[in-house]
Amino acid sequence: MAKKVFQRPKYLKKAVFHYCPGCGHSIIHRLIAEIIEELDIGEKVIGVPPAGCAVLAYDYFDVDMGESPHGRGAAVATGIKRILPDRIVFSYQGDGDIAAIGTAETIHAANRGENITTIFVNNGVYGMTGGQMAPTTLAGQNSTTTPGGRDVKRDGFPLDLSEMLAIARGSVYIERTAVNSPKNIMRTKRAITKAFKAQMDGLGFSLVEILSPCPTNWKLSSVDACKWVEESMVKTFPLKVIKDEVEGAIS
Amino acid sequence: MAKKTKKGKITIDRELCKGCYLCISVCPSHLIAVSDKLNQKGYYPAEYMETDSKEKNRKCTGCTMCAITCPDIAIEVYRG
Amino acid sequence: MIGEAAVRAGCRFYAGYPITPQNELAEYTASAMARLEDGTFIQAESEIAAINMLIGASMAGARVMTSSSGPGISLKQEGISFLAAMELPAVIVNTMRGGPGLGNIAPAQGDYFQATRGGGHGDYRTIVLAPASGQELAGLTRKAFEYADEYKTPVFILGDGMMGQMMEPVEFPEPIDPRSLPPKPWILDGAKGRPSRIIKSLLLDTSVEEDHNWKLTRKYERITREIARADTYMTTDARLVVTAYGTAARIAKGAIKRARELGLKVGLFRPVTLWPFPKRALVEMSRQVKDFLVFEMSTGQMLEDVKLSLEGRSNVHFYGRPGGIISTPDEIAKVINTLYHRQHLNED
Repeated sequence: MAKKVFQRPKYLKKAVFHYCPGCGHSIIHRLIAEIIEELDIGEKVIGVPPAGCAVLAYDYFDVDMGESPHGRGAAVATGIKRILPDRIVFSYQGDGDIAAIGTAETIHAANRGENITTIFVNNGVYGMTGGQMAPTTLAGQNSTTTPGGRDVKRDGFPLDLSEMLAIARGSVYIERTAVNSPKNIMRTKRAITKAFKAQMDGLGFSLVEILSPCPTNWKLSSVDACKWVEESMVKTFPLKVIKDEVEGAIS
Repeated sequence: MAKKTKKGKITIDRELCKGCYLCISVCPSHLIAVSDKLNQKGYYPAEYMETDSKEKNRKCTGCTMCAITCPDIAIEVYRG
Repeated sequence: MIGEAAVRAGCRFYAGYPITPQNELAEYTASAMARLEDGTFIQAESEIAAINMLIGASMAGARVMTSSSGPGISLKQEGISFLAAMELPAVIVNTMRGGPGLGNIAPAQGDYFQATRGGGHGDYRTIVLAPASGQELAGLTRKAFEYADEYKTPVFILGDGMMGQMMEPVEFPEPIDPRSLPPKPWILDGAKGRPSRIIKSLLLDTSVEEDHNWKLTRKYERITREIARADTYMTTDARLVVTAYGTAARIAKGAIKRARELGLKVGLFRPVTLWPFPKRALVEMSRQVKDFLVFEMSTGQMLEDVKLSLEGRSNVHFYGRPGGIISTPDEIAKVINTLYHRQHLNED
């Protein structure tokens, strides 16, 4: 008798994702839902979706979800967590949300060691508004507001937010992963699991930055977008554990 | 001793599929192809080929690579 | 004073950013929260972060408060719009100072429009309470938390630096244990034994957003019916009624006492709720009073609400001192005296 070994996770509603074909958000949503189920924290989780493509995350996750104004996920999550310290609170934020308009909130939440987890989806563009330059757009990368590609002299450099957050003394675990291949997807899942566990153990601020394909705004096929992550994005944003003060501390 | 190969099977929900074809790119046995019929959303969905007619030794092992990669959770995997 | 009243009202979450002239409030609250087992005080990295922390803590069910002054309140407006949209209770204290821009730190009333017209983007209102004494401040702070919870909406306490510095004996209401408050059936605390909940403001479907706007409007109409309130002083036989709120009303009261000594029949109409504006009470008064003098520590903002309420039923005069100038009762008494005679109110 054949046994089902892969199916829709329990904590995703039976809704069809509005995301474009090949979008990394969908994969990341699924991973988070799987982890919530595996850690058995579905009744304790409160998610904070951002402004941007993933604002509709609350239509997919079957857990309590509270919307945040653009960039303020870390502050909203802080408020929830301080009132309900035994719940698991995560913010889900894109690169424009977290690394441009919400930089201050994020750095200070990390620096205070807020016991929350942030999922930072880096696709190098403002997706929902139509592909403008993001703080993480690569040098030379085309966007609708960097005609001819991002010129670092004119437009500044891509921002290494995760590295900056690692300097903050209150952060305990920061890893950069990607969802462009089965191997990297599984690595991402391990990283998010570890980040949630760090929070469950009360260790402090944890964040997983995930390089995520945006085929629509990159104007690539889904398969080529995954290749582009591997060939271009990781050169600026290498996949690695950036900070880990968790090893040994997790129960 | 005969080598044991895992037996697997997948189903693809053709209406959930948005035609990104990431599953096709990761299937180690090349058992997924593009359907020649549009779904209701207007995509040509991915389609599981039960057995490959040309190379009989290409079988689904239920490795779940396709499902792990599928953004739209259109694939369910069975094993055994 | 507000800090103590807030904690007694069951407030257990405060986030704010330093700005003069209201730092004493934050400092007091920091100590008060530290003494409580379940109290949280966060000195936020910005006004914006502070109001967004309130959003989170309010979603989680706590009674929450922040405080600031003009420029800081401007920064908070995005968050206040979200609080209104998502129907989250919160108390926001604005200790008004001279403006616009950085202005100065002297007491002023130039933020009336910002407070009573919503202040941020979109179709919404906030309840605005304007205490005029220490005792009233203590009582209205309690009320602010009650209104916030009952109507699920942000509530402003609008004061000024003068009130912030006031030293008056005050009797505080008995403290409330927040655990004794009725449970809020809409909060986000983890979907245990119930369906998951969403708190959001994004309503992409225009008809859904329109429905939400009308729903909020009906709520605002209910608030207007239920809580609009004004205080009066010596109005029974008054021929001229000074209309003022907060510190301006205190000054006006002193002026009215002096005017009465001169035999002038002058009274005071003092809105306690600036939004909803106590329109009905003012219209009622206009049956016998044909001259109103609006006195504000601004160039004339509440003036518009008085005119809109009276719709030409009575004469509306104005005297304003913006920029942080604090008039003396004598100065206002002179204005009253001049106006009284100019309008021939001394003649039978």
